[in-house]
Amino acid sequence: MDTESLMLSLELAAGSGQGLSPDRRAALLTSLLLVKRDYRYNRVLFWGRILGIVADYYIAQGLAEDQLAPRKTLYSLNCMEWSLLPPATEEMAAQVATVKGRFMGDPSHEYEQTEFQKMSSEGEKPFEEDVVVQVKEETRLVSVIDQIDKAVAIIPRGAFFKTPYGPVHVNRTFEGLPLSEAKKLSSYFHFREPVSLKNKTLLEKADLDPSLDFLDSLEYDIPKGSWSIQLERGNSLVVLRSLLWPGLTFFHTPRTRNHGYIYVGTGEKNMDLPFML
Amino acid sequence: MEDSTSLSQKKENQPLREAMLPREEGTAASPQDPRPQSSGPWEAEPAPDARPRPRSSCAQSPGSRGPAAGQGASSSPPPPLQLSSTLARQNLGAPRQPDGASSGVSDAGTALSDPLGPSTDEREWAHRSHSVEDTGPLAWQPNSSSKLCQPKELPSGSVQKEGWSCHKDPGQPESRACEASTSMLDIAVQNAKGYLFQASSKTGLNLYDHLSNMLTKILDERPENAVDIIENISQNVKMAHFSKKLDTFQNENEMLPTYDIAEGQKALFLQGHLEGVDQELEDEIVENSLPNIMESAFYFEQAGVGLSTDETYRIFLALKQLTDTHPIQRCRFWGKILGLEMNYIVAEVEIREGEDEEEVEEEDVVEAEERDNGQSDADREEEDELPKSLYRPSQVIPKEENRTGANKYVYFVCNEPGRPWVKLPSVKPAQIVTARKIKKFFTGQLDAPIISYPPFPGNESNYLRAQIARISAGTHVSPLGFYQFGEEEGEEEEEVESGRSSFEENPDFEGIQVLDLVESLSNWVHHVQHILPQGRCTWFNPTPKHEEEEEEDEEKEEPDYIEQEVGPPLLTPISEDSGLRFSHHVPEIQNIPAWTTRLSSSLIPQYAIAVLRSNLWPGAYAFSTGKKFENFYIGWGCKYSVHNYSPPVPPPVYQEYSSGPEITEMDDPSVEEEQAFRAAQEATELAAQDSESEEDEDDDN
Repeated sequence: MDTESLMLSLELAAGSGQGLSPDRRAALLTSLLLVKRDYRYNRVLFWGRILGIVADYYIAQGLAEDQLAPRKTLYSLNCMEWSLLPPATEEMAAQVATVKGRFMGDPSHEYEQTEFQKMSSEGEKPFEEDVVVQVKEETRLVSVIDQIDKAVAIIPRGAFFKTPYGPVHVNRTFEGLPLSEAKKLSSYFHFREPVSLKNKTLLEKADLDPSLDFLDSLEYDIPKGSWSIQLERGNSLVVLRSLLWPGLTFFHTPRTRNHGYIYVGTGEKNMDLPFML
Repeated sequence: MEDSTSLSQKKENQPLREAMLPREEGTAASPQDPRPQSSGPWEAEPAPDARPRPRSSCAQSPGSRGPAAGQGASSSPPPPLQLSSTLARQNLGAPRQPDGASSGVSDAGTALSDPLGPSTDEREWAHRSHSVEDTGPLAWQPNSSSKLCQPKELPSGSVQKEGWSCHKDPGQPESRACEASTSMLDIAVQNAKGYLFQASSKTGLNLYDHLSNMLTKILDERPENAVDIIENISQNVKMAHFSKKLDTFQNENEMLPTYDIAEGQKALFLQGHLEGVDQELEDEIVENSLPNIMESAFYFEQAGVGLSTDETYRIFLALKQLTDTHPIQRCRFWGKILGLEMNYIVAEVEIREGEDEEEVEEEDVVEAEERDNGQSDADREEEDELPKSLYRPSQVIPKEENRTGANKYVYFVCNEPGRPWVKLPSVKPAQIVTARKIKKFFTGQLDAPIISYPPFPGNESNYLRAQIARISAGTHVSPLGFYQFGEEEGEEEEEVESGRSSFEENPDFEGIQVLDLVESLSNWVHHVQHILPQGRCTWFNPTPKHEEEEEEDEEKEEPDYIEQEVGPPLLTPISEDSGLRFSHHVPEIQNIPAWTTRLSSSLIPQYAIAVLRSNLWPGAYAFSTGKKFENFYIGWGCKYSVHNYSPPVPPPVYQEYSSGPEITEMDDPSVEEEQAFRAAQEATELAAQDSESEEDEDDDN
């Protein structure tokens, strides 16, 4: 959610119980402004909160002029002092994949993960060996945020547009989705570089508007039904909740520009989704 | 019409032209192609037969502009547009014939150009075609952009001149301007306007209205850097136009649910007035029942959980409605369970003594029916001789009485404040047992079936009730000392060994330091009974029942005496809760404690409150200010597990009868055996005869 409209956004997203206490709110409003100034971001998003056992991570993201450019992620434990996280890499993701369970809330905490790895030295038969892999929590944090961003960060259709020069900008004339569109998953896009769009057939692309439909739509998400879409407050607020990453809430007030998403959760993927539907 | 409006419109045309030309610029490359081709042959022909010319110039433009407009709208030229452009080109051919039959497309254009003299038209046409010849489509672009800024300063008459001269070489305009008479300029304006007024054959829009709408929109809304977003504005204007036409009927329909709920919620807000009339009612309500939700919501907000203020207040009003309409002794806002389509708002209530009997009767009927069925089965059994199935489902553990155990409270749910409250049925142990084995999302429809393995006995309302019971039992905690065991009842039940099940508020409770509450989990105690693996809070021994009801031989077949399950007693500190063990094969790597405590504010600790968060049930929170406390749940209603959910193993396959003497048969008797048998028989017969004869003899004797 945008920092400029943080208070309104929090109010709107509160239907899932994911609020912020008044002192945190005040701290965020102050510190994110400074973050924007110091890091020279075009926009700063309050991304959410990852609940740890000892403490919570507050996450913010800085965006450049081009909205789809790689985002800078910052975290903070007390909402005032922000530290920059390194960009996520594939290697990290592989490393982190073995770690399960909750975050501790201490960035320097090291998960020790014993792994059975097949070691095959020359001429000998392969034998299994315990390898202790140490993963820092910071690495895991980076990787999880990246995964969540790629999987479930969403925007309504039309909120961004592709300029003729290539970069993606905030659409100033976006006036919100009409109510009939707001109920459909197809009017929401993944807020990341399109992946499946290139694989579409020409026929499917025929109806798309290249300046607006340049992102992947939600309706093709796997598994089908990984989103819960609800109209709350007597149909005046659309709330999308991700079931794959429970804790991510997206809200949009139809016919207004208010939209945003926030993640408040444990930072664990819900692998049980097919059982639960 | 032209004369009166032209002056005013000329002024408008200035910005219009600015707005229009960039559009042309963008799409200039492709739409330009048809024009030089089509106008080329025209130029070759001499001027004399001037009459059809103006028509043709008008007729030509829709053809050449067709694709341009199309590209502005959809930016990918669909086939129909190309078709129309070729049609228009065919129309170009038609006016060549002397009779000059006017083409259908050029209606607007002809209306405008009729009053004009043929000669001027001809000249005008010559300019245009000339210019097209002079500069190729590529050379055009830089020129037009460089000219764009000029017209503002020039008087309106020459603006048109300049506008047209955009199409020419940079050197020419001055000389042209000198030649041009005012009337010719007017005509140029008319022509341009005529072109702009042409309605699109596809949508019925014309560019003139579109541009003026766009400008109106821009001037009304004053967006920053409008030039950057002109494309979107144009698109929005068009979309607004469409939606106006198509959706008037739809719009009203789709707004309806919003109004319905608003209507329902209006009733919530109005109920206060109704009560003001009834003084007696108010006196009654003083002693009740309604919890102060706003207060606890305030504390939960400090803790960073809970709903938004207005939603809380609506729920508050809805609870008031609930307590007013039902005989409720005590009420509490339990929490909110999220669903796929709708959410549940859950209220926990205690119904006044003796006012919840209807339900009991209903269930008696059901039980009686079941008994009838059992009897008829038994009757049939007697008649039949073949062995019947000996399998009997393990004994149904009866549910706990209302007001005890897991059914201590009654739960009401509603989807949204303002909608009617629905009472959940009381929970049965089998439902709790099964609910522990499954993990499902709630849909938000109480009558939705729960499709799961193992099969869940009931629909979503039962599952919801079972999860509420489990969550309450696990996460309802209070500061140590707030509750104490009731004196009379407590003593009695101590003897029963099953643990004391009732408690009362401690009048002497003096509060606990908030810091102590944060630092030590042993200062928090459960005040809801633990649910045994059996699914009940108090132990129900299924075996003695067997002795009473069933026959004795079956008792022998089921000798396994089930040991009594014991859970932690009431008011046990939560420090003794079992945490989450991370991994069973690699133990002790990460033990997740069952609870996380926190101080709501580290900055002002003296007024902070203690916040407790359950790690077993994500979404369950408790706060305490030392004296006050409250529990709250908001979430999906699923338990947390470090491991992924794995469905329970299928039940063991029943073993077949072991092949014993009852199953195996002897070989068929062989001939030898039969002969031996016969011989033996004969021998016995002989012996018998002998004895008979002997007897006879004896008798004779």
